[in-house]
Amino acid sequence: MNELKKRIKYNKFLSSIFLIIGLLSTLVGLFLLTVLFVDLFIDGYPRLTYKFLTSFPSRIPEKAGILSAWVGSFLILFVTALAAIPIGVAAGIYLEEYGRKNWITNIIEINIANLAGVPSIVYGLLALGLFVYFFKFGESILTGGLTLALLILPMVIMATRESIRAIPNSIREASYALGATKWQTVQWHIFPYSLGGILTGIIIGLSRAIGETAPIITVGALTFIAFLPSPPITSDFPFLSFKWLFDPFTAMPIQMFNWVSRPQKEFQVNAAAAGIILMIMTLIMNGLAIYIRYRFRKKIKW
Amino acid sequence: MKIKKFKERIIESLLFICAVSSIFITLSIVVVLSYETFGFFKEISIVEFLTGTVWTPLFEPPKFGILPLVTGTLLTTFIALLVALPLGLMSAVYLSEYAPHRLRETVKPILELLAAVPTVVYGYFALLFLTPILQKFLTELSGFNALSPGIIIGIMIIPYVSSVSEDAMRAVPMHIREGSYAMGATKFQTAFKVIIPSAFSGIAAAFLIGISRAVGETMVVAIAAGMMPNFTINPYEPVQTLTAYIVQVSLGDVPHGSIEYKTIFAAGMVLFMMTLIFNIIGFWLRKKIREAY
Repeated sequence: MNELKKRIKYNKFLSSIFLIIGLLSTLVGLFLLTVLFVDLFIDGYPRLTYKFLTSFPSRIPEKAGILSAWVGSFLILFVTALAAIPIGVAAGIYLEEYGRKNWITNIIEINIANLAGVPSIVYGLLALGLFVYFFKFGESILTGGLTLALLILPMVIMATRESIRAIPNSIREASYALGATKWQTVQWHIFPYSLGGILTGIIIGLSRAIGETAPIITVGALTFIAFLPSPPITSDFPFLSFKWLFDPFTAMPIQMFNWVSRPQKEFQVNAAAAGIILMIMTLIMNGLAIYIRYRFRKKIKW
Repeated sequence: MKIKKFKERIIESLLFICAVSSIFITLSIVVVLSYETFGFFKEISIVEFLTGTVWTPLFEPPKFGILPLVTGTLLTTFIALLVALPLGLMSAVYLSEYAPHRLRETVKPILELLAAVPTVVYGYFALLFLTPILQKFLTELSGFNALSPGIIIGIMIIPYVSSVSEDAMRAVPMHIREGSYAMGATKFQTAFKVIIPSAFSGIAAAFLIGISRAVGETMVVAIAAGMMPNFTINPYEPVQTLTAYIVQVSLGDVPHGSIEYKTIFAAGMVLFMMTLIFNIIGFWLRKKIREAY
């Protein structure tokens, strides 16, 4: 009997030890994330001024800024969103609502799962061969945006599908019972109800895109750009210009990479400052995504 | 009525085209990579490429042995896995078996932020924070090395490993757990002797996703590993991975169609093949768990 009691005690002890190990393993990541942010902040804080945001890169570290980088990042993100959102959402809707269980939807499904696992730099090589040299878009904002659109397309598709899958069938059946067609059902019921999940997926995808470096280096983003792309609005008719799409570009992560790889300490301070801004951008986007998911979950109760 | 039907048809075809476009992406990856790789093998023998141990395509005389890049990639991946697999698995067990519901729902999104931090920021961290700290303990560690980026990549992929393993563990039906508790097993015994074996294929899938992420990771190694194609398995030395080589070439001005231009596609092909194998096995394993319950 004593033997048994001892064993039970030992096992309970082991179990509670693991409680601590498990909790620590979970917290290691959070701890490092905090350290990372604090380290970056301490290193980069002195350079974080208004002038840093409004200056072009320069040979003199104290005068260098990230103007061309953040403008470039926003323009690329705009192209990415314009390309990836409609195609991704449409593909997701097709696969959930229209696709019959046959070999072609099966292939599409396997293919999307596989695309999500392709390293981002391979997308860069694809874009280099396809957009830069085959379609002759050059090393431009358009190429950069489309490259990142390819990269986040699987994410948008998967988020759309997951969000649509959560809608109970009774909603669809009620709509059909009132004589609605398939598209009317999608347009007035499926789409509004899944919008929260879709938006969350899109924002998380875009936040990945803003931090991606490798694929846009491959398509030829430049590291030193001391001018802005041509303005999208002109004074002459037709007042809109798309010349900026074909301008060379740089982006936030590229600028940071350039500064990190220099041996001088002063440039590394610049890198830290750019890193802080990049981190803030991603944290805001991720926070927004979590908030939207939370709001929609609260609003809709099946 | 007829117009309505016609409109429905048009919409369905448009949606279908969008869905099929994803297949074209894969096809064009394969076509672009193979086209340039075939061009490369017209000039360089495939035997030299796959068995050579010197990779100096940018210098005179150029040598095209891919092995240093492959060992560099495998070395950083291996270090990353040493970090990510135990931590990811432990935290998955904790979140799925021990943690109260509220805690899990708060911790998970924050843990996922680890995967959302831009990789160049991780690169900065590896080069300017972790390496100097490690050098205090390991005096023979050079300023650029495989160890520090490997560790950082490991931390980066924890969320991939832990969230997929956790899903697999939570998919194990409740009655199996209850059966184990009824026999007097503790949570620890249940987790390690019942849950992990039943969720094995899902956990293996999570590991494979982690491996494929680590193999494809680029910026951390490009910044902190040193761009030196060393044929070595010593983690203290600088190395170059397949991905970092592609970045190095892309940063310079490479004329379209030159042999240097083709090398990055050949390196990309090797990389794509490596990740494809891991992804396919992982996909198959995940499909298996879905069928199991």
